[in-house]
Amino acid sequence: MNEIAIALGSPAAGALLLAFYGDRALASRLNVLVSLVTLAATALLAARVIREGSVLAYNGAFYVDSFNVFLVALTALVAFTTSLFSRPYMLNEQERGHLTARRLRLYHCMYQVFVFTMLLVLLTNNLGIMWVALEAATLATVLLVSLYRTPASIEAAWKYFILCSVGIAQALFGTILLYLAAEKILGPGGNALLWTHLNQVKGDLEPTVMSLAFVFLIVGYGTKAGLVPLHNWLPDAHAEGPTPISAVLSGLLLNIGLYAIVRCKVLVDGALGTPFAGELMMGFGLLSVVVAAFFLSRQKDVKRMFAYSSIEHMGLTTFAFGMGGPVATFAALLHMTVHSLTKSAIFFTVGHATQKTGTQMMDQIRGLIVTNPTIGWGLMLGTLAILGMPPFGVFSSEFMIVTTAMREQPWAAPILLVSLAVAFAAMFTRVQAMVFGDTTAKRLPHAPALLPVFVHLAIVLMLGLWIPPYLADWYRHAAKLIG
Amino acid sequence: MSAQLINLMASLMLLIAFAMLAQRRIRSLIYLFAWQGAVLAVNSVIVAWYTGHGELYLSAFFTVLLKVIALPLVLHYLIRKLDIQWDVETLINIPTTMLAGIVLVVFAFNLALPISQLAGTITRGTLGIAIAVVLLAFLMMITRRKAVPQVIGFLAMENGLFFAATSATYGMPMVVELGILLDVMVGILILGIFFFQVREAFDSLDLKHMEKLKESGE
Repeated sequence: MNEIAIALGSPAAGALLLAFYGDRALASRLNVLVSLVTLAATALLAARVIREGSVLAYNGAFYVDSFNVFLVALTALVAFTTSLFSRPYMLNEQERGHLTARRLRLYHCMYQVFVFTMLLVLLTNNLGIMWVALEAATLATVLLVSLYRTPASIEAAWKYFILCSVGIAQALFGTILLYLAAEKILGPGGNALLWTHLNQVKGDLEPTVMSLAFVFLIVGYGTKAGLVPLHNWLPDAHAEGPTPISAVLSGLLLNIGLYAIVRCKVLVDGALGTPFAGELMMGFGLLSVVVAAFFLSRQKDVKRMFAYSSIEHMGLTTFAFGMGGPVATFAALLHMTVHSLTKSAIFFTVGHATQKTGTQMMDQIRGLIVTNPTIGWGLMLGTLAILGMPPFGVFSSEFMIVTTAMREQPWAAPILLVSLAVAFAAMFTRVQAMVFGDTTAKRLPHAPALLPVFVHLAIVLMLGLWIPPYLADWYRHAAKLIG
Repeated sequence: MSAQLINLMASLMLLIAFAMLAQRRIRSLIYLFAWQGAVLAVNSVIVAWYTGHGELYLSAFFTVLLKVIALPLVLHYLIRKLDIQWDVETLINIPTTMLAGIVLVVFAFNLALPISQLAGTITRGTLGIAIAVVLLAFLMMITRRKAVPQVIGFLAMENGLFFAATSATYGMPMVVELGILLDVMVGILILGIFFFQVREAFDSLDLKHMEKLKESGE
């Protein structure tokens, strides 16, 4: 499967190239080019999955089905648009003296390593390699979070490293337990951790071990997905790192953590035959929604606020996966897609806005609509979209999640609705003040790249009005698979 | 005979884990970490010899290479460069930590009981100790206020997990095991760079300076 080889090879080769030439003037263009090649490869891969169904490649080492194919394409798309956004953004940062050429080289190289590890998590069929790649994704981003070398950013990076590493060590233990259960049926060796093999025999896996394994796995991967109470690293890492990194952390990494949990949930559900895994996910999800919604209103830093919003949306998605059933799972998959696109678009606008005003404090950002109407409108529309206003896609997915909750988990529906309302009130008033209002900000030396913002928002709008048939098919297949 | 040797190795692992918990000097902590790696490797060799799992020899070889030689060397180099080799941690209350550690060991054995009954390995009795080593390393990370001991705690946790994998399943598949070792190595290299950044920003590797990013403090 050449598509898989190119999709993984291009960021790997890009990282190597940028490790040497990442400080040249052309480096940011090279970064865009490499991301474009990756995107093209994943688009071809998606086309092949549309044509031929699930793909198992290289002796079963890689597996693409309807569940991960859209996440692969989404990851490559957001990685590409973020590289477009990052070009003028990082040049502005360099101009303002926040970065040296050497750090820019580190940034470019690690950016591609990060994309590579994320795609590896998604494409690999081996649950052990999935763990390895997810840990590598943490390592790749630690130095990116601390890129500015300010005390706050270094503290954030340290917190990120320690919490995520400890968290993901739990996931390793979970994987060991999973292997213990699998090895009894599939025999020792690499095959026993292949998801496709495990999926075939999931009914025979030892239930006690599997339920224990899932507790460790959800704690471990849940740390990456930013589920409360394991979320402490997330707001700091988002607020202190460079904005392109905030965009990919929120838009992509959280999704990947959740993807790992859901892959494991399928196996655990098959082994247990009880809704244990789903209930655990609903608990974590609901707690995340509630806690994040109430923390939202206390934020003063704009990137921190949107980081809490990411926790809220990840919680909502986890809750929906936990509920299970065709509608809720469909909604969860759609929500993953639209949240990722909307949140990265918001971070793009926020990035330019904070660069313009030189601060991340919301009460000092005013009148974006006057100084740069496109940034202002982008932020306003993005916020409306993320808050679940129709006709954007987030509305459709949230509507499906809440209505399913009303029918199947009636106790949870009011909690969800109140949290969404609290989040709405908190975010809307703040963003309104930032967008409309008096200002004295100056123009930036490098014109911001705002195309990605509107591309993302247009896709989200489209998904709210019309979901392409093959995408709906993928969601439906995946929902059947996940159950 | 082999079962006894394996139990001996397991008790050595636990002993070292407790010793690390109580050790205030950074230098001695690194020596203990190297010893823990050595015990881990010897354990793998014994299990490999007894069960005929050839892969475990390879795993033991890499353990020696990375955890007994490379990582301790890197850590020694780092503390020399950072000039903290004689640092002594003053904040920890050792008797209380030790008591908490004992509670954790009891908890670990209870947790391991249902799993080890299912595992068909001769080493299954040591799974409780493996979980205890993981938890003790975790406790060490929580109680330390300096960056390097926290990282050593993290590495000790990784050792415990490897020990758990050997106890429960004679080790993970080779490709996964190699991947994990690669992660550990890259992690330490990145942290090495990171330590210098921390010191540049805070003039110290004491984590008490890092308490600015808090929700209430805003």
